[in-house]
Amino acid sequence: MHILLRGRDIANFKELATYEKHDGFAGLKNALAMSPAEVIDVVKASGLRGRGGAGFPTGVKWSFIPQHEPVKYVTVNADESETGTFKDREIMEENPYQLIEGSLICAYAIQAKAVYIYLRGEFWDIGDQLDACIEALREKNLVGENILGSGYDCEVYTHLGAGAYICGEESALLNSLEGYLGQPRVRPPFPAQKGGGLYKEATVVNNVETLANVPYIMREGADAFKAIGTEQSAGPKIYCVSGHVKRPGNYELPMGATFRELLYEHAGGPLHEDRAFKAMLPSGGSGPIVPLTDEVLDTPMSYEHCAEIGTIIGSASIIIMDESVDMTWVASKVTKFFAHESCGKCTPCREGTYWLDKVIDRILDGRGTADDVQRIADVAENMAGTTLCALGDFAANPIIHTIRHFPDDFAQHVQA
Amino acid sequence: MAIIGNPKYEARINHHLAKYETKRSAVMPLLYIAQEEYGWVNPEGIDEVAQILNLDPTQVKSIAGFYTMYSEKPKGKYWLHVCTDLPCALQGADEFYAWLKEELGIAEGGISEDGMFTVEHVMCLAACDKAPMLQCNFRYVENLDQDKMRALLAKWRQEAAQPVAAAAGE
Ligand SMILES: Cc1cc2nc3c(=O)[nH]c(=O)nc-3n(C[C@H](O)[C@H](O)[C@H](O)COP(=O)(O)O)c2cc1C
Ligand code: SF4
Ligand code: FES
Repeated sequence: MHILLRGRDIANFKELATYEKHDGFAGLKNALAMSPAEVIDVVKASGLRGRGGAGFPTGVKWSFIPQHEPVKYVTVNADESETGTFKDREIMEENPYQLIEGSLICAYAIQAKAVYIYLRGEFWDIGDQLDACIEALREKNLVGENILGSGYDCEVYTHLGAGAYICGEESALLNSLEGYLGQPRVRPPFPAQKGGGLYKEATVVNNVETLANVPYIMREGADAFKAIGTEQSAGPKIYCVSGHVKRPGNYELPMGATFRELLYEHAGGPLHEDRAFKAMLPSGGSGPIVPLTDEVLDTPMSYEHCAEIGTIIGSASIIIMDESVDMTWVASKVTKFFAHESCGKCTPCREGTYWLDKVIDRILDGRGTADDVQRIADVAENMAGTTLCALGDFAANPIIHTIRHFPDDFAQHVQA
Repeated sequence: MAIIGNPKYEARINHHLAKYETKRSAVMPLLYIAQEEYGWVNPEGIDEVAQILNLDPTQVKSIAGFYTMYSEKPKGKYWLHVCTDLPCALQGADEFYAWLKEELGIAEGGISEDGMFTVEHVMCLAACDKAPMLQCNFRYVENLDQDKMRALLAKWRQEAAQPVAAAAGE
């Protein structure tokens, strides 16, 4: 049984009547019967952490919102553009009401005036579907004024981006939503503070999957949620598996399940029987790559255990590569992504990603030297930590970690 | 035609203007409407969007230029975005894209001779388990191979050859 991908267990789950029949909006009703502060305490106690990549404790984030401010917002991060990530899309396609219910609970907890769902531009059909859901909920007094007679008013809107990975970064997302260039803001002030959020008002930005967990927490209680997963990584998680496995796709498992269980029992093992697994990017293009050793395979997929093997679980976009894959080519692919997606606001990221891309191309063409390999590693090291947003760090990772773990893949292309 | 005063767009434009705290926030949805009307984000469209929002046209133009889904030049009737990012490439997307360009006889960003197609490669589209894949005018087309793609191209060409029937079916 799924908690997030319930659309797989129950037919027509994306219809409101079906959703309501299966405990739909029970979580919201429980929340409305509590004070906003009590709702935040339940979410804090559940141990839920952000599923957008950084793993920040969700209840703590909500508690940063100054309650006395008259205008506050919730912004749902549905930009889902990290290479290898396709979980928020399935939640919104197959279980849209659960996302909206979670968003409304968050909105009530911080007493927000409105929820804006920021969708990547390519989610055109999802936007239409969510708009229809919102109108259906308005008919039932679940969106709009005086929700279910509680005295609380809240609007829900969708907004389509237009093809820019950087708009998934929360402050760039807010700029984009306000009609400015989608570039990150200098912080502080942070989005949760007056002056830092949407229209300068205090704002919670949460990922789709994060919010889709909230109805379960408010319905079944913090303890039920905490009982799933590990000590520091509570709850279920959707793992997006792509690349060289037999059955790529989304799999919902508890946090703390092992990579081995995911890749062999669920994803069917190596795509080609005669080729061994070589490497894994567990958090899309932006997290450190690791060799797919037995030790890594037996590692639980949690924030704390992935740190021990030198990587992150992030948004759990798990890209698998077998022994036929040249890691220099992988570094090139991922670097091209970041060179294309750098918003250009800061020099180390803009120039660095451009230059790294050119030099890796040269190495791949057989025109590079061993010095070039050393130089791109140095440039990447220097780029990390010097930029306005984390994209600069993300872009350093593919270079640093492919060279560290797979030096021979680079050496084969260059003369000494 | 124009988008200002066009009954086709009036309700949608008003919906977007009502949705946000500031007029400026409606710039992205309005640019999509301009693109729908003119086939690309042309200077007339930019001017109209600027006029509706009380913005300077250069501001609107810079927003349009920042995002890849607004086209700043004319394109084919069917705008194909093929994903060649890492997970799709592990499943043969680079080869698929090279083949498709050859099949259509166009280079990246070009328009096919009949005005039907523009192809571009794009980064991850959140469909990595269904490669090779593309979006056609922002709608998903997944689990492709050469045979399926040839059949689709034929279908689209046929649809375009019967404009009256296609319009009636809308
Ligand atoms: C370059 C960049 C891209 C990001 N893209 C996304 C994204 O597509 N979706 C997302 O939810 N978070 C993304 N994030 C993380 C957000 O900034 C933010 O941390 C997140 O939405 C917070 O929600 P959570 O606490 O529920 O995870 C991105 C961050 C960076 C630096
Ligand atoms: S690090 Fe890169 S993406 Fe982030 S603000 Fe600077 S230039 Fe833009
Ligand atoms: S890599 Fe092609 S859809 Fe994700």
